[in-house]
Amino acid sequence: MSTVALPEYVHHYHDPAHADDRSFVRKYIFSTDHKIIGIQFLFMSLTFLLIGGLLAMLIRWQLGWPGRPLPGGAVLGETRMPGGIMLPEFYNSLMTMHGTIMIFFAVMPLLVGVFANYLIPLQVGAPDMAFPRLNMASFWLAVVSGILMFAGFFVEAGHAAAGWTSYAPLSVVPEYSGVYNGQVLWTVSLIILGFSSLAGAVNYITTIINMRAPGMTLLRLPLPTWALFITSILILLAIPVLTGALILLLFDQVLGTGFFIPEMGGEPLLWQHMFWYFGHPEVYILILPSFGFVSEIIANGARKPVFGYTAMVLALAAIAFLGWIVWGHHMFQSGMNPMLGVGFMATTMVIAVPTAIKVFNWIGTLWQGNLHFHSPMLYSLAFVSMFVIGGFSGVFLASTPVDIPLHDTYFVVAHIHYVLFGGSLFGIFAALTYWFPKMFGRTMNERINKIHFALTFVFFNLTFFPMHELGVNGMLRRVYDYTQYALFQDLVDLNRFISLSAFALFASQLIYAANYIWSLGRGARASANPWRANSLEWTVPSPPPHGNFDSMPVVYRGPYEYSSPESEEDYLPQDAPPAEAPRPEPAPTFA
Amino acid sequence: MDWGFPENVSTFGADIDAAYGAIFYATALMFVIVQGLLVYCIIRFRRREGRKAVPIHGNTRLEILWTVVPFFGVMFIAYTSASVWLDIKSPDRMPEDAMELSVTAQQFEWSVTYPGADGQLATADDYSTRNELHIPVDRAVRLTLHAQDVIHSFYLPELRVKQDAVPGMEIPVWLQATATGEYTLGCAELCGLGHYRMRGTVNVYSQQEFDTWAAEEAAIASGAPASLPPVAAR
Amino acid sequence: MSQAAAGAITLYPRRPMPGMGVYNLKLGMWVFLLSEVMFFSSLIGAYIILRFANLDAYAQPGAVLNVPLTAFNTFVLICSSVTMVKGFAALQTGDQRGTRLWLLATVFLGAFFLSVQGIEYYQLASEGFVPSASSYEAEGAAIYGMTFYTLTGFHGAHVTIGVLALIFTSVKAFRGGYTPTKLGGVEIMGLYWHFVDLVWIILFTIVYLI
Ligand code: HEA
Ligand code: HEA
Ligand code: CUA
Ligand SMILES: [Cu+2]
Repeated sequence: MSTVALPEYVHHYHDPAHADDRSFVRKYIFSTDHKIIGIQFLFMSLTFLLIGGLLAMLIRWQLGWPGRPLPGGAVLGETRMPGGIMLPEFYNSLMTMHGTIMIFFAVMPLLVGVFANYLIPLQVGAPDMAFPRLNMASFWLAVVSGILMFAGFFVEAGHAAAGWTSYAPLSVVPEYSGVYNGQVLWTVSLIILGFSSLAGAVNYITTIINMRAPGMTLLRLPLPTWALFITSILILLAIPVLTGALILLLFDQVLGTGFFIPEMGGEPLLWQHMFWYFGHPEVYILILPSFGFVSEIIANGARKPVFGYTAMVLALAAIAFLGWIVWGHHMFQSGMNPMLGVGFMATTMVIAVPTAIKVFNWIGTLWQGNLHFHSPMLYSLAFVSMFVIGGFSGVFLASTPVDIPLHDTYFVVAHIHYVLFGGSLFGIFAALTYWFPKMFGRTMNERINKIHFALTFVFFNLTFFPMHELGVNGMLRRVYDYTQYALFQDLVDLNRFISLSAFALFASQLIYAANYIWSLGRGARASANPWRANSLEWTVPSPPPHGNFDSMPVVYRGPYEYSSPESEEDYLPQDAPPAEAPRPEPAPTFA
Repeated sequence: MDWGFPENVSTFGADIDAAYGAIFYATALMFVIVQGLLVYCIIRFRRREGRKAVPIHGNTRLEILWTVVPFFGVMFIAYTSASVWLDIKSPDRMPEDAMELSVTAQQFEWSVTYPGADGQLATADDYSTRNELHIPVDRAVRLTLHAQDVIHSFYLPELRVKQDAVPGMEIPVWLQATATGEYTLGCAELCGLGHYRMRGTVNVYSQQEFDTWAAEEAAIASGAPASLPPVAAR
Repeated sequence: MSQAAAGAITLYPRRPMPGMGVYNLKLGMWVFLLSEVMFFSSLIGAYIILRFANLDAYAQPGAVLNVPLTAFNTFVLICSSVTMVKGFAALQTGDQRGTRLWLLATVFLGAFFLSVQGIEYYQLASEGFVPSASSYEAEGAAIYGMTFYTLTGFHGAHVTIGVLALIFTSVKAFRGGYTPTKLGGVEIMGLYWHFVDLVWIILFTIVYLI
């Protein structure tokens, strides 16, 4: 397909004269259309989000009422909750799978699988991805991986229970963990998921570099696309390292090698280095796309250009770059050389700088705006506010001496959830809501969304803020029954409060889920450009047809020309020809 | 429940708490600035009929300002943290005249080995305790951590100590208690089913009490009756 | 990017737009190879760390491994890169017969490399040099065997995939599937093949010579 043949590309554009005559299976199941694949990822990852949330509820039950039988919990079986009382081995699997599912099967596919697929071709003005069939493979590999991961709950001796970080030797030797095939399934599933992510990343990068419409220079790309581009680079380079580590782990688990087993000459810390060398870039994979969505939505809500667009792009790149040299901050107390710890502390601290740039530019974008508080805007503002708290707790953890008392306590759990829920997930809510009309041609009920927003904001903070306090009091994470420690016995009340808030938080999410599902079929019809936004996806019908654009769009300006004096309206689409005499097509320059 | 760390009973704990406090105030200040600006913008620039947003694209001087100021802020935090950290963890800076103990972690217990009357570890008169660490107050103690099976983490919240014990490695830790009493010993790294109950106690004695205790233990270990008069520990 | 490519290729999409002036398939292959670089780096990194941690466990170069045999095999693989280049050059000039023959030669050399590697594995295993610790008998310690087989094995797997892809490419070439203006398939095959070759040169140095 690498040839001179012109028509190949052209016919990917939507030809209104020709009806879409693909069969149902080709259209909706084994589809190569990036939009359908994005929506497939959407339903897969929302299902996993629900599962991950349910696991969290079980965790919170045990922590709020340690040892108390859960009414109806006995249905989970004798090996998990005999008589409704949770067993420690089940708790460890729950905690492990909650982390694994949320990170790898909910948030990562929501951010990348859904939005990279859906948005990139639309925002750069392309008819589809560069490699549509590879794209389809990416989705189905993720499904296979998800099924394997889920199957782990039903194997003998239970699912993986060594934490989402699977530190060796615990994750290797069944005699130590009491887990057999569950741990192997965990490894295999993530190896397969790695291939899925890689297929995606190759596609996204190629598409963004090569398939931009005329005039879409790099510095005219909408920020979600920029963020997804940089995220894809991180995925491309980080996932193979995880795959390498997982393969060594798998060999240790099933072939009797001992890469991570000291008796055989292996090194337990080698696993940690490999895991976190991937793992820290991974946490930026989980936040950068949300940075992008939020930048887009805040500009739209404020009816103002993004403040410091170039600085925003450079900051994204700087975060991605620095993300590679900080992994040791997860290993300060691991026995790694303390001098190395100092180096990792310094690099980690520096990451606060590009992040600060982003935060202040978001505020700059609000400054002297005309703020419309539509629900995506509310989620985005909450994102900024909550992510900053998570970033601050990160600074505590980054300080090596302060990490001594805080490492492996609920302070870290609080940090995780402020950045991942307060950050990534709020960004996801913003994006899901903002692009809902484009994806499904209908609008969500705005009033219900605002209720969901308010409840989530309140209960999120009530659930996770007190966890800082637990952590400072020394309460350890990954502990099935903290009341074993005299020191933590008076933390029961606070834990119970957190659990009650968590249940309310979960219930609030059901409101959003109901609104989402209801709006899919019953929402009011959406126009092509309900938010009066500038980027190319809003120039095509909602939902966009197969092939996206009738003809190749031409881009004349950046995506954030809101309230421009050039226009009567308070927005100015990227493809609107300039008012004066039609300029020649912009020169094809790089950057 | 206290609104802060557990009571501190170690020499370097106060430095850790101070570092925590410094970061707390620095981030609290940033918190007020950032959230304050957010709330201000939300109220001041909320949608009004007839208002048009001012299409500002950016400002290089501001951009430089909020790059440079946080940079020096965090570098200052890192700089002050580094010496506290190295005083605690760097093997070269550990006190030389410390009492030597050896700690071995295994699923799911801690065993602490004490030198016998000869003051030397790994000799015949060593004795050990399970899930109990006994140390004298105001005396530097140096422990060498070992692990038998998986990674554990030696955690003394009141003494501000946390250090993983990794199979195949020998990791030194030092501490010096400043008050007698009974404190917590825990395991902070997920180590399997019994991780949650892999805990014990730290008993900090006055030097005299410790000597008595040590003599008794040594005697028990060597098979003699426990009621012998205390042997001077060294 | 080669000369022929610069003019002809840029057509999916239509023109070099603001992009890189490289057609999608080729760009995609480059991007994919970057991830392969990270994959092999992670394994090589692990090898180096484990080796430093167990200096005595690794036998002297040549004590266990058959260096001359593998040196010869390395030479074979380098030759296969040359034949690959020849094949692509022939295609650019429209020499269909040349393309087919050079591709076949590459398939042959790749398969030859794999066979020698198989023989090497067989010999080593019969001397007790095996990947798992429990049945290890050779000089050095078990970790030596594990890292050796993992590193060379993953390279071998890449060569195997390469040979299969080369067979596929050759079949397509015999059916006239490539022309001077439609040569992407051969070009990206070449990129992959050269990459695998390069990785081997690094592995050979690290595993056999140092
Ligand atoms: C989205 C995911 C995400 C993000 C973005 C981050 C961002 C950061 N993280 Fe976090 N982190 C995790 C996810 C994430 N983390 C997870 C999942 C873990 C636990 C893994 C596990 O063990 O299970 C973890 C654990 C973790 C640790 C290890 C803790 C331990 O185990 O002991 C550390 C230590 O340094 C750390 C630090 C940081 C820092 C410094 C940032 C910085 O990037 C934050 C920078 C942002 C700001 C600082 C706020 C904005 C800045 C300003 C307003 C400017 C002014 C500020 C100052 C002058 C201070 N994180
Ligand atoms: C993005 C990641 C993410 C998210 C969203 C959450 C969400 C939650 N987490 Fe989780 N958590 C982690 C990532 C995440 N967590 C990680 C990485 C760990 C570490 C694991 C480890 O130690 O190995 C962890 C650990 C962890 C612990 C510590 C366990 C331990 O150490 O023993 C606890 C304890 O309270 C907890 C609680 C919760 C709660 C109450 C929620 C609640 O917010 C849950 C609320 C419910 C939902 C968010 C689901 C709602 C979705 C739907 C209803 C479907 C929507 C459908 C449509 C729209 C159609 N989490
Ligand atoms: Cu030992 Cu946890
Ligand atoms: Cu990190």
